[in-house]
Amino acid sequence: MKQELTVALVGNPNSGKTSLFNALTGLNFKVSNFPGTTVEKKTGYCKLSENISAQIIDLPGTYSLYPKSADELVTYDLLRNKSEINFPDLVLFIADSSNLKRNLLLMSQVADLGVPVILALNMVDLAEKRGIFYDAEILSNALKIPVLSINARKRNGVNEIKNILLEEHQGNKNKYFTIDFLDTHFLDEVTELTDKKNHYAGLQYAINAANFNTPKTKQIKLLFEKYHFDSKLFQEKEILERYHIIDNAVRLSRSQKTGSFAKSFSNKIDKILTHHFGGLSLFLLMMFLVFQAIFSLSTYPMEWVEIIFLKSSQWIENSLPAGVLNDLIVHGILAGLSGVMVFLPQIIILFAFIAVLEDIGYMARVGFIMDRIMRPFGLNGKSIVPLISGMACAVPSIMASRSIENKKERLITILVTPLMSCSARLPVYTLLISMLVPDDTQWGPFNMKGIVLMFMYFIGFGAALFSAFIFKFFVKSETKDYFLMELPSYKLPVFSNILITLYEKGKAFVWGAGKIIVAVSVILWALASFGPREKMHSIDQKYSSLNSITLVSPINDSLLAKRSSEKLQASYAGEFGRWIEPAIRPLGFDWKIGIAILTSLAAREVFVGTMSTIYSVGGDIGDLNTIRHKMTSEINPETGKPVFSIAAVLSLLIFYAFALQCMSTVSIVRSETKSWRWALIQFVYMTALAYLSSLAVFNIFS
Amino acid sequence: MNLSQLKYGQEAIVEKVSDNELSLKLLEMGMLPGETVSLENIAPFGDPIAIRVGEYKMCIRLEDASNIEIKLK
Repeated sequence: MKQELTVALVGNPNSGKTSLFNALTGLNFKVSNFPGTTVEKKTGYCKLSENISAQIIDLPGTYSLYPKSADELVTYDLLRNKSEINFPDLVLFIADSSNLKRNLLLMSQVADLGVPVILALNMVDLAEKRGIFYDAEILSNALKIPVLSINARKRNGVNEIKNILLEEHQGNKNKYFTIDFLDTHFLDEVTELTDKKNHYAGLQYAINAANFNTPKTKQIKLLFEKYHFDSKLFQEKEILERYHIIDNAVRLSRSQKTGSFAKSFSNKIDKILTHHFGGLSLFLLMMFLVFQAIFSLSTYPMEWVEIIFLKSSQWIENSLPAGVLNDLIVHGILAGLSGVMVFLPQIIILFAFIAVLEDIGYMARVGFIMDRIMRPFGLNGKSIVPLISGMACAVPSIMASRSIENKKERLITILVTPLMSCSARLPVYTLLISMLVPDDTQWGPFNMKGIVLMFMYFIGFGAALFSAFIFKFFVKSETKDYFLMELPSYKLPVFSNILITLYEKGKAFVWGAGKIIVAVSVILWALASFGPREKMHSIDQKYSSLNSITLVSPINDSLLAKRSSEKLQASYAGEFGRWIEPAIRPLGFDWKIGIAILTSLAAREVFVGTMSTIYSVGGDIGDLNTIRHKMTSEINPETGKPVFSIAAVLSLLIFYAFALQCMSTVSIVRSETKSWRWALIQFVYMTALAYLSSLAVFNIFS
Repeated sequence: MNLSQLKYGQEAIVEKVSDNELSLKLLEMGMLPGETVSLENIAPFGDPIAIRVGEYKMCIRLEDASNIEIKLK
């Protein structure tokens, strides 16, 4: 008996696999990738007895072993190749009893690959409400594999599963579907070419490989041609025959009593929720609540996080000796960490909503309702959720796109979500709009500033849809996509599932994106704090001599502000600003704005802080009026005209609407797409969009 | 008639699917010839539709539904 069993958890989507995984492993899991792919692999651990534990590998839910993408091909390789490190000792198959026939198709395919299978009949309560009862023993005899009834959501049957896992299991000697009707020479050649352990495994792999790009695809296709093998016809025959066998087994073990209760309950809810008017309104209300939650509700815990970090950094600043190290730790590292942690409340709150909506089955309805509208843009109906929550913050929204099954639609959603006007843009918008529109200007009964702000939101939304439309043509999809989605029955949420999800998301964010965010924070801090030695030194000297002359306190403050401003302008960040000035002058920007563009790569709202520093606004940088006043008074030494002309301000406004000034977004995109490629593509296309739009706007209005 | 023409309250039996690839996907999802289908919901914008297939419910776009031949019960 092994010390550790490897168990693969397999089943249809919506069969309760996640609940079972959680029931068996709790918080004992880790998330990684199947090697060489972007397919997520969840592995958990579960103690079966004193000496024996099980490693449970959660495989993606699917309807049959003919997968939809090259990624899934690798996943199911796990079940076919005995030499794979993670080849499972057992397959724990979970089936939705209220829908048993369809669920068993996959089971019969998996069993025929040669791995021992244990069948767990889940959702027995749901089936019973519809009057459907299955006798596990009869089913077990008919299928010739161990069968047990469980309720994963209520965590019933978990111990029984553990016990069965401990027992010895042989592979299923009788195949459900025999392929003996095929030419043996053909089968032998296929098995040898694909290097699998039996004919079915070999043929199965070959059919899959023929549809995707693998090293052996060409040879396999030639082999099929040689023997006139039509794989589609074969698949059809296979599926129909398997259902025939399953039908018999199911009929023998099933007893029907009266009661179609649950069916009509879910249906009644659906009638309302998908209703033309009612459903749509309810959906809009739901989206509004989601938005409000991230936008307003999260501000409280965000403030607490900021206060905690503020207090800690103050304490550290005072405890350590003054100097570069102190600065690095407090203003570089701690500031960076605070920038990471401050996202956690938003992530947790958004996912609390989304996880509940998913768990009860409503998310599928969202996909159903919005499909017609989102589809022309290459997006999924469910994309509307990240788009709307992206108006609060793109980071949790991009993580939320995980619920979109289709790879292409998910990718496009991730690529365009940051164009939605997020809350970090608000301080920038507020400042710039106040420079454009005099206070209290009305347009009829409406406040002009408010209208311009609303306009900015529409621009963001429009840009997102437009970009999605363009990407639709450039992002390749692997197979033709049919929108065939099951609408599971509504269920009460299971809170331990929700909590485990929150834990998983929080952890994924902090470890996946956190490191990069902190690293970039430190780099940007260094660029803004350090500069060519002599310059920085002479500034320090100038101000310390000034300081010794003037002893009165208020003058010290303004001296401090002036010193910060000079130091920033002399720093490497300042050098950068001067260096890119020729490139940004056509947009109406000067080198000081160039500095702010660099520093706001950390986060958009940093723009306001940097402007404050450059324009020596000391003290409370929340005083927009002072900043605004100083900025509008700034005259360009070369032209004698104001730097912040109407054209320039509009141009800057558009720039911040489209530019990806947020490395937290870049990091989370890298983390979610598992590579730098798409994160960089996104950064480049958004920067280009911002640049060209600013260029156009500036030239039109000047 | 085809599936996109099904009305509320009607029950029909699946006869055949004209699109080959669609046929395979539907088979995997349990929509076999002889299976009973009925219309449950229509999305607010008219498309897609949600149909009951045997024991479960799934959504399908009208353009795909029009490739599924059915016979009223």
